[in-house]
Parts: sequence; structure tokens; C-alpha cells
Amino acid sequence: MQIKITLNGKPVTAEIQADTLLLDLLREQGCYSVKRGCETSNCGLCTVWLDQLPVLSCSVLAARADGHAIITLEGVPKEAEAFSDYLAKEGADQCGFCSPGLILNVLAMERELTDPDEEQILEFLSGNLCRCTGYMGQLRAIRNYLKSRSKHEREV
Amino acid sequence: MFRAKEYVRAKSLQEAYDLNQKRSSVLLGGMMWLKMGRNDKGTAIDLSELGLDGIEEDETEFRIGCMCSLRRLEQHEGLNRYFGGVWKECTRFIVGTQFRNTATVGGSVFGRYGFSDILTCLMVLDAQVELYQGGIIPIAAFAGMKYDRDILVRVIIRKDGRRAAYTSQRRSKTDFPLIACGLARKEGIWYAAIGARPEKAVLVTAPVTEEPFEVQAKELADRFCFRDNLRGSGDYRRHLAGIYMRRLMEQLGEEDLECR
Repeated sequence: MQIKITLNGKPVTAEIQADTLLLDLLREQGCYSVKRGCETSNCGLCTVWLDQLPVLSCSVLAARADGHAIITLEGVPKEAEAFSDYLAKEGADQCGFCSPGLILNVLAMERELTDPDEEQILEFLSGNLCRCTGYMGQLRAIRNYLKSRSKHEREV
Repeated sequence: MFRAKEYVRAKSLQEAYDLNQKRSSVLLGGMMWLKMGRNDKGTAIDLSELGLDGIEEDETEFRIGCMCSLRRLEQHEGLNRYFGGVWKECTRFIVGTQFRNTATVGGSVFGRYGFSDILTCLMVLDAQVELYQGGIIPIAAFAGMKYDRDILVRVIIRKDGRRAAYTSQRRSKTDFPLIACGLARKEGIWYAAIGARPEKAVLVTAPVTEEPFEVQAKELADRFCFRDNLRGSGDYRRHLAGIYMRRLMEQLGEEDLECR
């Protein structure tokens, strides 16, 4: 079957099977930031935005995305770079395999929560697993990033 | 792995119902659990364009569409205001934000899973399910029914003044619950449900007595059956149930005082 989606702002027409997963379609389209980490809807590595909401692309049928807008990490290069600088400064990206999913969910969190405390941050991101670190580096990076963003907003 | 030969985005409930009468067909909820098993299906039926993803509220009830996401349930102001935050409490540990953005209320309730936080919480409220052919029936009766090929269209929760509280214990924060406990109190009656026993939630009611909460909680917990599985033994679950029921009673007791 044929579907039409908006992928990172551009219209895309794709030929898919009825049971093609969104994750596989996105990788076919060259979005290699989208990773298959667990395939049990648990790890958050395959996170993409479906109509601006973060979802697990391993658990969404590509057919369901027909007519909808998808954003992957490739679609938000500036924002991703801004946050990943903070990750790097804290040495929080070890193997880096989980970073794309984490970054997209941090950006989604930033949009959804105003001035979140630590518990809110941990709860929002609890579906993003990392097997290298103990999450403390990421948390420091997120706090520093959010602080710099609110400072920036105040100045503007 | 989930396989399907065809995908149909239903234009009406009747179309979805007709397609679903074939044994090889499957109705898609959020697809989170469905894709975990070995499923070779004929037609995958999608209800996502039937406007069933919202929560409607009026003076007497809440009507939750089957395609409403767990995240929406968690964040819905009216639901959480009326039931004292119980919906946030029973959803916030379910896997992660992204998961809850696609997992649906219909999928969770129709599945009648042992681990379901949602079913456990609904049990202690005056909740009903609306089935396309079967009509409106109480949630406890629905939980005991055999799986059939009907469509769960909505979940309805009456505003009957019941206050409810919920808690669960998990091996790690986002795991399945090891035990899930819901409790409500109205006009001198406790409405208690325990899920992940590991079987699905059942409802037990008892009059509120003058006994200390500790004693009442233990008596309530003893009326449930508990079994062993990898997450914990039946004895451990029974022990936890007594403690959690007491804590929920204390929580509701305090709220009662506040109301006065």
C-alpha cells in the first residue's frame, strides 16, 4: 500500500506493507538516528515525534502514520546540537547509541513542562534507557541545558 | 512479532465490527502488547479516525473513548480533579512517556490483563464499558466475560462522589506491577481491587467498621487470592496487600476529614 507522510517537514510518498513498522520505514528513508534497541517497547531508542508527540516508532504501524507528520533527530539539527553539547560536556554520551532517542524526548519535555524539578524530569524520561552510564551525567547535562535556555529566554 | 496482510482504517464502527467478525482479524489499540506476541493476522483494523481519542465530561459522568491514550488519561484535569489525582498515580509508572502516548485505554481494558493498572483503578469506581453490540455493562462484569469479537467503544465513569486512591509496587519504576491496589470509599463501604496478583483485578466490597484500619485492611486483603510468579510469591503479595490497603485507607480517611 501507498502512504503519504510529512517527514522532517518534507512530503514523502512511500510504498509499504500492511505490517511495516514506522521504525523500519524511517530507516529505509535514511533516518539512521532511529535505533532498534529492544523491540519490546521499553528502551526509548526508537523515539520519534508523531504530530509533535514523542512515540516509540517500533510500536507504531507505518500505515497508521499515513497523513501525519513525523520528526526524527535529523529534522531538528540545531536544537539537537545545542543539547548534545551539554551532554558531551558532562561526558554523558558514552557509546552514544541511546542519545538520539534521549535528545528527542528531552526536547519534547522542554516543550511540555515549564521549569520541571528533578522528579518531573526523571519521570518524563524514565522510558529512555542507557546501559553505559548511571544517568547522572545526563541529568547534569539536562539541568545545565534547561538553565541556559531559561536564562536565554529571560534575556530575549 | 506482529504480522498482518491488510490494514484498514475504519470509516465507521459498523465497518470495523464487520471486519472484526473474521477470526483472523484484529482490532488495533496502541499495539504495544499485541506486537509482543506471535501474531499472524489477516486484517489489522484501525479505529484511530473515528474520533474516539478524547475524554468528554458532563455533570454526571466522564466518557473516555477507546482510542484515548494513557498519557491523556494521566494528564486530564477534570478526571484528576474529581478523583483526587488517582489517574496520574495509576498511569505514571507505565513504561515511559512515549509508550503512554500511544498505548490506549481501549487496548488496556479490552485485554483484561493481569498486570493492568487501568483495570484495577476502574474497578473501584462506578465504571462501565460501552460495547458496540453488547451495550453498557459494569466493568467488573466485563472483566469476567469471555473474549469475543465485539468492540469496546468507550469507558464511562460516573461521578457518584466516590473518592479513590491507588498505589502499586514495582521491581523497578517502569516495570510491570508486582501488586496493584485500588481503593475507594463511599457511604460507609470500601471498594477494593487488587491486580497483578498476578491475575487480573477483582472487586471486593466491605462495610467500613470501627476497627483500626490495620485490621480492616488485613481482612480485606485476606479475601483476595494471590499466587506466585517470577516477580514475587503469593505470600509476599498477601503481606503487601495488607500494608497497601491500610495506607490507602489512611489516605482516604484523611480526605474524608478534609471534606467535613
